[in-house]
Amino acid sequence: MTRQAVLGNRVLCGALGVAGLLLVMEAAGRAELVDPTVLPLTSTILTRVAELAVDEEFLVNVGATMTAWGLGLLLTVAVTVPLGLLLGSLPRLETAVRPLIEFLRPIPSVALIPLAILIFPDRLDLKIAVIFYASCWPVLINTMYGLQDVDPVAKETLRSFGFGPLAVLWRVSLPSTAPFIATGVRLAGGIALILAISAELLAGGSDGIGAYVIKAGSSPDGLEFIIAATMWAGILGVVTNSLFIGAERRLFRWHTARAGVTG
Amino acid sequence: MKHSAPASPKSSGTSPGGSPSGLRGVARAVSRLWLVPVALVLWEIGTRAADTPYFPSPTTIAVKMREMWLNGPASRLWLSDLALENFPPSLARLFAGWALAGVAGIVLGVMLGRSVLLARFVDPLVHFGRAIPPPMLLPLLIPLMSIGTQMQLTTIVFGVIWPVLLNTVDGARYVDRQHMETARVFGLSWGQRLWRVILPSSTPKIFAGLRLSLSLALILMVISELVGSTNGIGFQLRAAERAFDPPALWGAIVVLGLLGYVLNLAFFAIERRVLSWHRAAKQTT
Amino acid sequence: MLEISNLTHTYGSGPSAHNALGGIDLNVSEGELVCIVGPSGCGKSTLLRSIAGLLRPTGGQVVLNGAPVAQTPDDLAVVFQDYSRSLFPWMSVADNISLPLRRKGEGRKQRARSAMEALEQVGLAGAADKYPWELSGGMQQRVSIARALAYRPALMLMDEPFGSVDAQTREDLEDLTLRVRGHHNMTILLITHDIDESVYVGDRVVVLSKAPARIVGDLRVDLPGPRDQINTREHPDFVRLRAEVGRLVRGMRTSPASAS
Repeated sequence: MTRQAVLGNRVLCGALGVAGLLLVMEAAGRAELVDPTVLPLTSTILTRVAELAVDEEFLVNVGATMTAWGLGLLLTVAVTVPLGLLLGSLPRLETAVRPLIEFLRPIPSVALIPLAILIFPDRLDLKIAVIFYASCWPVLINTMYGLQDVDPVAKETLRSFGFGPLAVLWRVSLPSTAPFIATGVRLAGGIALILAISAELLAGGSDGIGAYVIKAGSSPDGLEFIIAATMWAGILGVVTNSLFIGAERRLFRWHTARAGVTG
Repeated sequence: MKHSAPASPKSSGTSPGGSPSGLRGVARAVSRLWLVPVALVLWEIGTRAADTPYFPSPTTIAVKMREMWLNGPASRLWLSDLALENFPPSLARLFAGWALAGVAGIVLGVMLGRSVLLARFVDPLVHFGRAIPPPMLLPLLIPLMSIGTQMQLTTIVFGVIWPVLLNTVDGARYVDRQHMETARVFGLSWGQRLWRVILPSSTPKIFAGLRLSLSLALILMVISELVGSTNGIGFQLRAAERAFDPPALWGAIVVLGLLGYVLNLAFFAIERRVLSWHRAAKQTT
Repeated sequence: MLEISNLTHTYGSGPSAHNALGGIDLNVSEGELVCIVGPSGCGKSTLLRSIAGLLRPTGGQVVLNGAPVAQTPDDLAVVFQDYSRSLFPWMSVADNISLPLRRKGEGRKQRARSAMEALEQVGLAGAADKYPWELSGGMQQRVSIARALAYRPALMLMDEPFGSVDAQTREDLEDLTLRVRGHHNMTILLITHDIDESVYVGDRVVVLSKAPARIVGDLRVDLPGPRDQINTREHPDFVRLRAEVGRLVRGMRTSPASAS
């Protein structure tokens, strides 16, 4: 009975899995199976993780990374969504531009960081620029894809009541594309965090999680802080992703309900 | 527009359209691709007019690329020593990392997909691992492993395993119930169910994961070389930045873009072959 | 050869529980072709899945050739209604048929020969190298039947096998079933909701009530053989049996609203 209750509980099982791994790692460290200079004790790392949560210097750096992240995403959405809507509504323009997109998209975004280092003397501009380049693709592709998915009957219904093309775009196409755009922005969010940190690691500079980690590397017990900062980067990734998913569920309940029925 | 390799100035005009047959094929290719040469010309004019060191003209970039990588003898496809020193290590890292992550991701993914209980215990760890930005590993690994293949491969594998893993879990978990029941009724052994039913039925998902991983592998190959390597295309990129040599920098970016484009095409071609049953079966039902 | 005693099954528990089988007792002897008819959703599939060992019933037991069914028995094959989901789309027709034969310990050549033989019996000798999705629905269901035949089961279960094909194909497949049972000394249990079909194909028709399913009729079909689609269906005995089965199926319906 109790065993059933434990195994049936998703949250409890997950927590047990995490706790189990941490315990095994701690035990391996204590039994000196793992060299603590290679992998510090779990308890030490967890202490560092907790310390960083109230460490002002670290929090300022997190703030810097997240500022670049937020501004980069905002710029991406502001530019890319209208562009995607334009391309999606004008099929001839889309076919003309598509080869350009197909040639530009495979360029690995981090390869642009060295170029951006030369072009942008300001570190924030640099981060925003590379974030924009990397995160515009999922938003653009999802916007265009979503626009194709709009139900033609809904569009014709509105048109039959005498609404013009702009009204159709605003009342039908945009709302039914919105869930796809949201998915694109969520994917872009993950990519933007990677690019922000990569830029900080490569460009040096004085602020950001990446810069903090480089600085920590030069101190004797730096490894503990690097691992703790990496944990925080993971936590930031989980939190931002869950926020996006939560917002999507809340805003687009109608969409998931419909998708659930048809497929 | 960065597609213009000096070696094949005409390739952007015809090759992506497949094998155009006759005049109609050419006409179709022109109507599809006319913007590419236009964009190239505009880029050339724009960069010449602006005349800043950061934005060299496409012709300047092409000349620089030729100088760097294509001045070798014909017997080596004109590849220079510099090209042979840097391209193969990059490709080796890319493919080795991708292949390792692919195998590990598929094995773990099938395990997690078929065992609900195991998945329940491991789920939060997987989601946390996936959320860690892979470049964060570099400062962690460099002191542990120092600069070298081991560290680069670890970074690539850690970064690209997630799409394969999560897609395989999805594919293996949702094998059609009727397929599994058919396998049970006809008494297929455990191994036969795995090889003949679960894996083939998950291949569409697995391929979707592998495709995402391939483009991620390119990104992680570049960053691992930018931070910790003594050869490779990413290393050359870094060297060009340090030497303040924008044409070389642009050249490396063009090569990486071309590489990404070719990898995509090749992957699509393989996927089409392997998954022909999937497309056809979906069309008829 | 098949003995089912007091079989019950309930899905879920508490107030939302659904009682699908309400105590089924049925004996089938070797070589019989028994049709099980009942209104839609009455628990026919639950019964079949219990016999196949795909589902563990909550009560009672199924005994096949003297052994209680716990897992899927060795000498049993199933032809599912949904052929497109039961045949593996990533394998050729021949591979689909020969895959289960590995369990019988047949070598590669022997498996290929068995597959060809089975395909010939269902009239698809030319389709061995095709993929299932290259064939029409009726042909795919023939492949399913060939797969079951090649497996040489003692008991073949058919779950609404002709439910997803057009009327003409359906008649062809019914005749195919009658023909192949002559070649093999198989016991066949065919589940259908089509009253005509049950009388035309079966030696015996077992009628189930709506859920929780109970047996409300067990009729022997004594029609002069060989049966054929036109003469048999005009035979007075056929007409009488069909009406009787129809009355049994409808007679148990308590609410007229569900009779649509």
